[in-house]
Amino acid sequence: MYRGSFGEAQAERLLWRAGFGPRRGEAQALAGLGLQGAVHKLVYPGAERLIGRPPRDDKGHPLAPADAWGHDHCWWLDRMVRTSRPLVERMTLVWHDWFATSNAGVGSQQLMLKQNQLFRSHALGSFKTLLLDVTKDPAMLLWLNGTDNQKGLPNENYAREMMELFTLGADRGAYTEQDVREQARSLTGWQNKWKAGLGDYDFHFDRRYHDGGMKTVFRHSGTFDWRDACLLCLQHPKHASFFVQKLWSYFVPVPADRGTESALEAMYRGSYDVRPVVEAILKHPALYDGPRMVKPPIVFTAGLLRRIGESIHTTDWAWIGDLSGQRLFYPPNVAGWDDTRWLDTASFRGRWVAVQRIVRDIRLDPSHPPKGQPSGAEAVLDKAIAFWHHPALSAPTRSALASVAHAALADAGATKWKQQQYPVLLENALRLLVAVSPDVQTS
Amino acid sequence: MSRRLDGGDPVAEVPALPAQERISCDECTRASLLRATAGRGLPEIEPGMPVPAGTGLTRRSFVARSLGLALAVYGVGKLQLFEEGIANAATQAPGRILVTVFLQGGADSISLLAPTGDPLYRKLRPSLYVAGQTPFAADNRLTWNPALSPLAQLDAEGKVVTFPAIGYDHPDQSHFTSRHFWEVGATDTRLLTGWLGRYLDAAGTADNPLQGLSLTGSLQPSLATAKVPVAAIDGPDQYDFWSPGVWGEVEQRMLDGLGALGRIRSRDAAFATAADVTLQADRLRRQLLPFASSNGITSPVAYPKGDSFTTSLQGLAAMIGANLPLTCVALEASGQYDTHASQVSELTPALTTTASSLLAFQRDLEARRVDDRVLTLVWSEFGRRAQENGSGGTDHGAAGTAFLFGKHAAGGLVGEFPGLAKLDPQGNLVATSDFRAVYCALLEQWLGFDAARVIPNASKFQRPTLIR
Repeated sequence: MYRGSFGEAQAERLLWRAGFGPRRGEAQALAGLGLQGAVHKLVYPGAERLIGRPPRDDKGHPLAPADAWGHDHCWWLDRMVRTSRPLVERMTLVWHDWFATSNAGVGSQQLMLKQNQLFRSHALGSFKTLLLDVTKDPAMLLWLNGTDNQKGLPNENYAREMMELFTLGADRGAYTEQDVREQARSLTGWQNKWKAGLGDYDFHFDRRYHDGGMKTVFRHSGTFDWRDACLLCLQHPKHASFFVQKLWSYFVPVPADRGTESALEAMYRGSYDVRPVVEAILKHPALYDGPRMVKPPIVFTAGLLRRIGESIHTTDWAWIGDLSGQRLFYPPNVAGWDDTRWLDTASFRGRWVAVQRIVRDIRLDPSHPPKGQPSGAEAVLDKAIAFWHHPALSAPTRSALASVAHAALADAGATKWKQQQYPVLLENALRLLVAVSPDVQTS
Repeated sequence: MSRRLDGGDPVAEVPALPAQERISCDECTRASLLRATAGRGLPEIEPGMPVPAGTGLTRRSFVARSLGLALAVYGVGKLQLFEEGIANAATQAPGRILVTVFLQGGADSISLLAPTGDPLYRKLRPSLYVAGQTPFAADNRLTWNPALSPLAQLDAEGKVVTFPAIGYDHPDQSHFTSRHFWEVGATDTRLLTGWLGRYLDAAGTADNPLQGLSLTGSLQPSLATAKVPVAAIDGPDQYDFWSPGVWGEVEQRMLDGLGALGRIRSRDAAFATAADVTLQADRLRRQLLPFASSNGITSPVAYPKGDSFTTSLQGLAAMIGANLPLTCVALEASGQYDTHASQVSELTPALTTTASSLLAFQRDLEARRVDDRVLTLVWSEFGRRAQENGSGGTDHGAAGTAFLFGKHAAGGLVGEFPGLAKLDPQGNLVATSDFRAVYCALLEQWLGFDAARVIPNASKFQRPTLIR
């Protein structure tokens, strides 16, 4: 349990790790509650309120997330920006990454949204219920060929990934190739219908397609079905450690010490309750004293919008999500996004484009400088930082930005129009640079 | 697992130039002209502008000519060390390039080269039997998948080495573990750097992100380095950083600001990563300036309609033609190959686009007369189960297929097709060649580098002859 001071800086980090960063004044308010109160508020948030203007497409129409291209991404992004329950939304994103399902393989925004609602409703609940529900979730049944897997015609896709990625982990000696084959047999029996125009529908369990014979999984034998397949994974001695390490890694960038791990495992084992484990992680000193984390691209983007109270009024966010390396509902594969490699030269440019899109519609017009526009380098820089409601910047970052400001204003020389316009152009430029600085990319 | 972009100050690692390499005084006029713009993007020079006489510029400063634009840097004195780096790279003879193309998901080897001469094939593949027409010259049991006819064409020209059953001992059937092995060049789950990344750490430079280039929109793990910078881009003509409401001199200062932010040092790994990527983005933007003002890329040959893989190859050929300092390039092929169900309808278009794009790429390199510098390796993390499953697809298997092509590829076969009668206990094809041996051979025979410095236990692997 963290016992250091819990001020605005700690509250801000907590809001980034457990949500999408602070709204204006939110970090200050949370700091006032102290660590216990702040974490309690996140973990028990009450009913959801959506704060601010509802999302619109580029023509000002409401979004059609189940049908229109890109609206699914924008719809969820909006929820991240406006929710009063940031941790619930962040956990929904964790489960989307954990049980990574891509609409590239499902082909139905409607089924993806249904799965998204499943993740949200189980956000801080029971991992056992979550796993059982995910196993029969239509999007997952399509994505990992659950309804292709039939008695006598096994398909190993879900059987393998449920052990490798969802519950036990690869290369830990937890299961054998024979276990994969046997689990596939246990998981048989799910079916769905298909109709032109309607697509895949009527997902149900049909005993006739289920292989009711004896199976041996993890050296246990029985006439297992899909429910047993899930329970066998959950009861496996290596599940709790897998669960704790994986969950921890979403909040803290370095592994937990052995003592912490066993304490968290003990808390989780048998109950499968997610909430107390998350609560303990959010109170752990490693979160506050430890190193910074690179914000995932969607967290970065949602966080900037949230910070300045901007609403979603364009569907550009969908392709910008692609550019910056995180298009919601389209993880790169069943292992989810690689959280250790968010930043490369391509995704950095995507983040630049994201910031550019936020500032575009509220940029200053150099031919009509706002009243009282400052003309000194430091003052223009201060105004650009104030635009983002004063994110904490390190001294070297401040100094790098200040040298840009001084150089740009010096370029104006004695030319009158330049003296008038350069401070405005510069403020527009500094808004970009502040937001892409290493200080704001990480928390 | 964190990628170490924070492995030291890349700027500081550039060795100082020996004194005799510094420019002499009569070059100073020109140098100071250029110095005025240093740090604000590479100075552009009008097309056709002659090399200033008597300045020694030819040796160090002309970088690239492409698309009618010439571009220069002045690689000494207080100018940015990076510019010196690409000047150095450009003044050396353009080097050899290794391109890798990943078939994601585990491509079904016995659909790529169909063993139609193996009596068990029809039995194991009642619904997925591929009836090819073009026999595979080096083994008459095998037939090319019709969708791969562009590769068969290159093979007929003697430009393809085929590995009909490539893998490793104790095959792992997890996508992620097996791909990881191939990416890091060892069956070691803990290695964090890619095999090409380790090569670049040893043989590359601290100031040239283009030396390891991922043309997939995100960095391919094989290129992950510990020290030197590498890059990921969608295409060479799309790497701009602009913003509405910012132009002219102020825009130049804003772009300089990226470099300034990128040079901030930090002991915090995440902060340092963010700063490092910012610096690499700044360098890369400058390297790609020749393409920034172009209206798309003009290719000397026609490319198929294709997708982003096709346009990436098209952009790559243009960059190679422009002598940009590339060494290792990684791409992902069109389509996905994890065909658990409806295999035929997924595999055919994926292979068609991939193979026809690769053929166009090879023809493009030939037309630009740079084909002698480029070799391309096509690989996948594993093959698929010999017995088809009940969903019109196949589950994960072991040995897969790889191809190596280019003007200097030796041709022929490495490792025989093992036949369907001798499957492993899990019903999978048994490997007859090892990917680590191929990597060793590519490093030594193509890149001229000691494989023992890159591949763990390199001495264990018998190198096939890949180059002629």
